Amino acid sequence: MTRPRLATVWLGGCSGCHMSFLDMDEWLFDLAAAVDLVYSPIADVKEFPHDVDICLVEGAVANEDNAELAKIVRERSKLVISFGDCAVSGNVTAMRNPLGDPEAILQRVYVDAPDRDGQVPRAAGIVPALLPQVRPLHQVIDVEAYVPGCPPPADRIREAIESLLAGRRPPATGESIRFG
Amino acid sequence: MPERPTTVAIAIDGVDVEAYQGETVLQCARRHQVDIPSLCFLEGVSTMGGCRLCVVEVAEDPRLRPACATTVAADMEVTTESPRLRSYRRSIIELLFAEGNHVCAVCVSNGSCELQDIAVRCGMDHVRYELRSPRRHVDASHPKYVFDPNRCILCTRCVRVCAEVEGAHVWDVAHRGHGAELVTELHQPWGEATSCTWCGKCVAACPTGALSHQGSAVGEMRHAPNMITWLVAARQRGEWTEPEARR
Amino acid sequence: MATPIDLHEVTEREREAQFRTPLRVKVCNSTSCASAGSGAVLQAVRELAEGEFGNTVAVSQTGCMGLCSGGPLMRVEQRGGGQHDYHIVTPISAERIVRNHADHGTPTAEHLLDTSMPFFARQQRIVLANGGVIDPDRVESYVAHGGYAALAKALTSMTPDEVLDQVRLSRIRGRGGAGYPTANKWALLAAAPGPVKYVVANGDEGDPGAFMDRTIMEDDPHRLLEGIALAAYATGAHRAYIYVRAEYPRAVERLDRAIKVARRNRLLGRRILETDFDLDIEIRIGAGAFVCGEETALLASIEGRRGTPKLRPPYPTERGLFGAPTMINNVETLANIASIVANGGDWFASIGTEGSTGTKVFALAGDIVNTGLIEVPMGTTLRDIVEEIGGGIADGHTFKAAQTGGPSGGCIPARYLDTAVDYDSLRALGSIMGSGGLIVMDDRKRMPDVAKYFMEFSRDESCGKCVPCRTGTVQMHHLLDKIASGNGGRRDLRDLEHLCAVVRDTSLCGLGQTAPNPVLSTLQYFRAEYDALIGATEVSDA
Repeated sequence: MTRPRLATVWLGGCSGCHMSFLDMDEWLFDLAAAVDLVYSPIADVKEFPHDVDICLVEGAVANEDNAELAKIVRERSKLVISFGDCAVSGNVTAMRNPLGDPEAILQRVYVDAPDRDGQVPRAAGIVPALLPQVRPLHQVIDVEAYVPGCPPPADRIREAIESLLAGRRPPATGESIRFG
Repeated sequence: MPERPTTVAIAIDGVDVEAYQGETVLQCARRHQVDIPSLCFLEGVSTMGGCRLCVVEVAEDPRLRPACATTVAADMEVTTESPRLRSYRRSIIELLFAEGNHVCAVCVSNGSCELQDIAVRCGMDHVRYELRSPRRHVDASHPKYVFDPNRCILCTRCVRVCAEVEGAHVWDVAHRGHGAELVTELHQPWGEATSCTWCGKCVAACPTGALSHQGSAVGEMRHAPNMITWLVAARQRGEWTEPEARR
Repeated sequence: MATPIDLHEVTEREREAQFRTPLRVKVCNSTSCASAGSGAVLQAVRELAEGEFGNTVAVSQTGCMGLCSGGPLMRVEQRGGGQHDYHIVTPISAERIVRNHADHGTPTAEHLLDTSMPFFARQQRIVLANGGVIDPDRVESYVAHGGYAALAKALTSMTPDEVLDQVRLSRIRGRGGAGYPTANKWALLAAAPGPVKYVVANGDEGDPGAFMDRTIMEDDPHRLLEGIALAAYATGAHRAYIYVRAEYPRAVERLDRAIKVARRNRLLGRRILETDFDLDIEIRIGAGAFVCGEETALLASIEGRRGTPKLRPPYPTERGLFGAPTMINNVETLANIASIVANGGDWFASIGTEGSTGTKVFALAGDIVNTGLIEVPMGTTLRDIVEEIGGGIADGHTFKAAQTGGPSGGCIPARYLDTAVDYDSLRALGSIMGSGGLIVMDDRKRMPDVAKYFMEFSRDESCGKCVPCRTGTVQMHHLLDKIASGNGGRRDLRDLEHLCAVVRDTSLCGLGQTAPNPVLSTLQYFRAEYDALIGATEVSDA
């Protein structure tokens, strides 16, 4: 019997959820024995593979690359999990939404604020364009389960993965779903 | 000795309990350790009935009733939890999260917020509705306090506490519907509101991170709505004992 | 000190005046006709009468004659009988019409209105009886057509209980929308203790397309005053308010004048008609909030506070305006009272159906040949209203739906055209009677767009006090917009239906509780349209 294929993805977020993932410490050895990690920011894989069983997605959908990858993730994964508050609710990543036009924000951040020679980084094919509004993952693709938290504590992540490997939904009650 | 209140028998979730004549279903339930969720209700000030989280089912009544504003009646059968009520409460909480800019991770009240706690209780693992992401400006003009309307749920506890307990009526609601917002005086910066006594009761009463002490960092804010309840009761009784349940 | 009016003398004087001139011309100067240019018509006819025709032509303005789509309307009455109605008149054609009558005694075919057409023939006018008949600015004109006779009768020969009994016998139900039995409200106020009680007339008519109450207040203000006086007499109130929305400046102006005139003639104030009954009426003007049509919000607004609904109980009849027992009646309800008292409750109950007595005024609008204001017996079928009175669908299209009850109501499809229009049948169809807006839609209308339109209305008119209404309407509107523009999926439709239930069942007041109705009823009868719109994005819904 083949082992479940696990992927983790990093969209518009601070990578804190992945840091918390690493905080699972020695259980990571058990996890490594139980699954094949086929794609992750902590693994050097260039392209999101096919036939993924479980995919944890950190971060909100903030730019064109995020949106494109999210669609690929959906096409190639059986279970997509919103991993952390940014994926679940937009969170800090979405705090630019009330400010409106991304161009104005880029101008403010890269030109007006820092120094005289500031410029908005633009490089076609390298720097992805920002979407008009940052959106939670489930408003872009369908999502099977949610693991909130900023970041989700390591034991909450472990609980979620254990549930998924056992063929159950991650707990959606009690402290397991506290935002923040 | 205060007179013992007249009692009637009612059933809450199938359990017979003793209710005081004239009290509300919410008060009765809380006395009997049945915690019906609520955000706008605050014992000690007038009832607003706006958050609608405390709606309960009453036998032989086709409508849901807000427990905070429904007086007990003999033989009333109240249901405080049902699949329908759970799903409605969760939707109401989701609607609130979608309406404002509630970013728990960077909120002064993270970890001690009534909205956050109720979201957990209602099983809100995500928000189905479109984030409205309104642009709202923080008022940090007051030397002691900060008002962040991004986190305001318009429960009007501050309005009522300020008007009814402090007697200053600094706060009020302006505009209507989705444009409704809290204002100080006639929409002046809080720091310029000469009617504000700096008493801090509004901040104590706030269930979210909308009102906080200047300088509070993420997760540092502690509100004290029970202090308002205690204060009002103490004034009524004329007894100024140490509050039992100070948060 | 005001002198009491002598109703008989005034009536006699008015009747004599009718015979003084061979011709009397009445120009409808109601808001619809005024916006179509009746002011200029009135002026032209007046100048002609005063100049050329001396004393032979009497000219006056009058209230709504109903057929607003044919405005400006003009009526020419000949001494000794003979009456001709004209539509779409201009100052020039009006002059020609008057000349033809005055010089040759002949009507002018070109603008002549066939008053035997069903639009007129199928109506039964009680509330609107004086439209096209009296001059709203002259109390004498109202009195000459039976005005204040009911009040005189009540004050001199009936006890308050006897007045209430007639209202109970009439079985009239509130015309504001919900259809609560009026007599029950009256009885509650009558039984309420204390010397201070209030009667409030709710003239905050706000449904899109509805103008029944406006017309009553503008065109027959004394009928409303008389109804209020009777209500106050029956319930022991001595003070009343008329709450009018600010968008009705003409109604405010005419009511204001009517109240002053009534006071001067001892029809209001102390010792009305030389009896022991005192009553004063004041006008309060709203500030443009639909929610102020809700009783408790209306009372808050009268008190000068923010117009938001309050939790009930206590009901206004227990603790209402300024803390005193208060009864709020819709303008049209009150406009029926004088006729009920004059003719008896049994007479009124004999009109309409068992459960819904009397007549109902509707503002007929939409894709229909004849639009305007109609008054029909309760129980008239929707088909009669649409096809007969309304003259059918315009421009060769077919009937699709009738919307009643405004943003709180629903859309009724063609297969229910034979439904008798009364409170209970409309409710059974998922709509409501409402205050009387009736919008007919042809086959070109898309129902999700209609639902979206009304949701936008409710969203913008929500007061913001309770969460489900304030934020639920925003989300429902967003979902409707998404679906109607073809960008919605099945999940959006599911969320929409769920929100309908949440907002309906948990909102604080009637505005929120009924805001989902336009969505629910269009989903009930036109679901295929929603399904077709979400079909394209089916894939996104796993």
